[in-house]
Amino acid sequence: MLHNLRQLLRYRGLIQSLVARELKARYRGSVLGFFWSFINPLLLLLIYTFVFAVVMPGQRKSEDGPYALFMFCGILPWTWFSSSLSEAANVLISGGNLIKKVLFPAEILPIVTVLANMIHFFLGLPILALFLIYYRAPLSFGELLWFPVIVLVQFVLTTGLALILAALTVHFRDIRDILSNVLTFWFFATPIIYQMKDAPASGRQFLNLNPFTHLAISYQEVLFYPGPFGHWKWLLGTGAGSLVLFLAGYFLFDRLRDSFAEEV
Amino acid sequence: MSAMNAIEVRNVSKVYRRYSRRRQFATLKSALLSGSLISDLKADETFQALNDVSFSVPPGRTYGIIGPNGSGKSTMLKLVAGITRPTSGTVTVNGRISALIELGAGFHPEISGRENVFINGIMLGLSKKEIQKRFDEIVEFAELKDFIDAPVKTYSSGMYMRLGFAVAIHVDPDVLLVDEVLAVGDEGFTHKCLDKFAEFRRRGRTILLVTHSLGLVERFCDDALWLDKGQVKGTGDPRRVVGAYVTDVERGEEAMLAAADQRAKEAVSAPDGAGAEAVAGQEEKPADPVQEPEGPPDMFQATEGRWGSREVEITKVELLDESGAAAHVFQSGERVTMRLSVKAKEPVTDFVFGVGLFNADGVCCYGTNTEVEQLFAESLTGEGYVDLMIDSLDLVEGTYKLDAAVHKRDGYPYDYHRLLYTFRVKSRTKDVGIFRPPHRWAFSQNVKLKSNVA
Repeated sequence: MLHNLRQLLRYRGLIQSLVARELKARYRGSVLGFFWSFINPLLLLLIYTFVFAVVMPGQRKSEDGPYALFMFCGILPWTWFSSSLSEAANVLISGGNLIKKVLFPAEILPIVTVLANMIHFFLGLPILALFLIYYRAPLSFGELLWFPVIVLVQFVLTTGLALILAALTVHFRDIRDILSNVLTFWFFATPIIYQMKDAPASGRQFLNLNPFTHLAISYQEVLFYPGPFGHWKWLLGTGAGSLVLFLAGYFLFDRLRDSFAEEV
Repeated sequence: MSAMNAIEVRNVSKVYRRYSRRRQFATLKSALLSGSLISDLKADETFQALNDVSFSVPPGRTYGIIGPNGSGKSTMLKLVAGITRPTSGTVTVNGRISALIELGAGFHPEISGRENVFINGIMLGLSKKEIQKRFDEIVEFAELKDFIDAPVKTYSSGMYMRLGFAVAIHVDPDVLLVDEVLAVGDEGFTHKCLDKFAEFRRRGRTILLVTHSLGLVERFCDDALWLDKGQVKGTGDPRRVVGAYVTDVERGEEAMLAAADQRAKEAVSAPDGAGAEAVAGQEEKPADPVQEPEGPPDMFQATEGRWGSREVEITKVELLDESGAAAHVFQSGERVTMRLSVKAKEPVTDFVFGVGLFNADGVCCYGTNTEVEQLFAESLTGEGYVDLMIDSLDLVEGTYKLDAAVHKRDGYPYDYHRLLYTFRVKSRTKDVGIFRPPHRWAFSQNVKLKSNVA
């Protein structure tokens, strides 16, 4: 397993060009092309803002700051997370040709999926930056240093889950159908469109079990709330857990590897 | 020394797993609920694709693998390529491999040929720089100069295949694995590929070739391996191995034709058990035409393929080879005897024996009878046989059907067997037509040809 992990480094060039291909192919043939990477999160933001600020305003207090910005901080990383997972569940099956016909380490496929979606996430960041500047968000340099750490933790967590989903879906195609429902539930079980402090006390313990809660809160604290960044212990804990999950996921993937070429 | 070999396959077995119906309907949920997640991933039925196969290919050799469909050839190639792993045994390959298993397997339809060349090249183990260096050569080889920037989904299947081939061949591998890819592509491109293979050989590279084209193996390979049902049936000199394989295929066809004949005979024989048994018994004692227990014949039965009054009956038609044994597959030019076993209920004096030979298109290749050959009937009593001996079966390769008949001189049918018997003629020469006159070639001194016949 460790040998295989090290092997992955040798395939950097391949991963790189596959991610580039993924990005190029996605918008090939559309008029706006790469702009969709900007437009999509923007549209998503408009929809949520409309629903939660106009249709059902609830008891939001103005001292909480601009709601659209708050939501955006969580939705961008969530989109990365959820589209990575739903694509990863399918990736070994749709890439079956590669696995069956070319000598090719299969784990590259889910990893490429996560990375391609990460690039989309990065492309959405300039929009977020514009909003941050427009709303004069209380940013501080010290807090922003945490941003890459949060991204890294999310990457490890997402990749670990992606490996597990990709490997199991080969054997249980049902996962694809289950997953979309699970992700919807997961979205609402994460403080993205509501604040953690608005959740009922009993629910908060439950929310704390959700690793993405800590990622969302970290993003919000770093970008939205004034400092200092107090959630770092939770973040590092989540990071450690994610690393274990990643290793477990890779182990599972490695164990099932030989079955892919025959089952896909 | 095994370390010196380009490919070393040692005692390799490959077991494919098959799952029972229970497994197919199982869902993740039920697997989790019953705690059988891991056990469900284990197979409950297995299929042995390869069984204890060993061979080694020294560097610079061209090695051919032949065998019928389902014999494990492609599995072997996938194991050598490292795409799947053997269940037991070891596969060692020294040097860079490129596999022409499915051309353009990694192409993405939405992006251009140019970009696909790069990605495919990287997948096959080239660096970006190496591809850059060879890019023009690849495009030229694929004959796609004008289309290289168009998305691959707009390519015809031939263009797709050519590009895939061009990339794979320009990886410049030490070991090239080829799986029947030459079957596609037009004549010109196939030639180009063969030229490229020849160039590979000259440069001392190793080629492992899986193909159904036996001629290619004979012409091209230094060694050959014959697989059948996952086992090695023969290995060594390609001519010898191909010869053994062809003989075996003939034997298989022989059995198939015998079975078909059997059915034809059963269809025309009297519908009672004794007759059928008699026919079945023939297979075990093929050279014993006399023993012929008979059910009561239905005088006016005229089933399709056989009719006649049966006053004189043809009880059996056999083709005998040189040793006198019944056979269904013959080499062109072989000595063949057609034996009609006949039986007369009452002594008769008016009878003619005839034989007709038809090819698969239904064209009569030859027909004759005793009367046209100036042999006139005197008497026939009881049981006996009629032989038509052909010293040299000068037919081209193909499947032939046989007519056999006995009738009165005015044509009144005693017993007519129409196209009931099938045999096959094999030939190493792939000449065409319906007849092969005995012939040879001669040339004046300034016309020089070389024979390729061993």
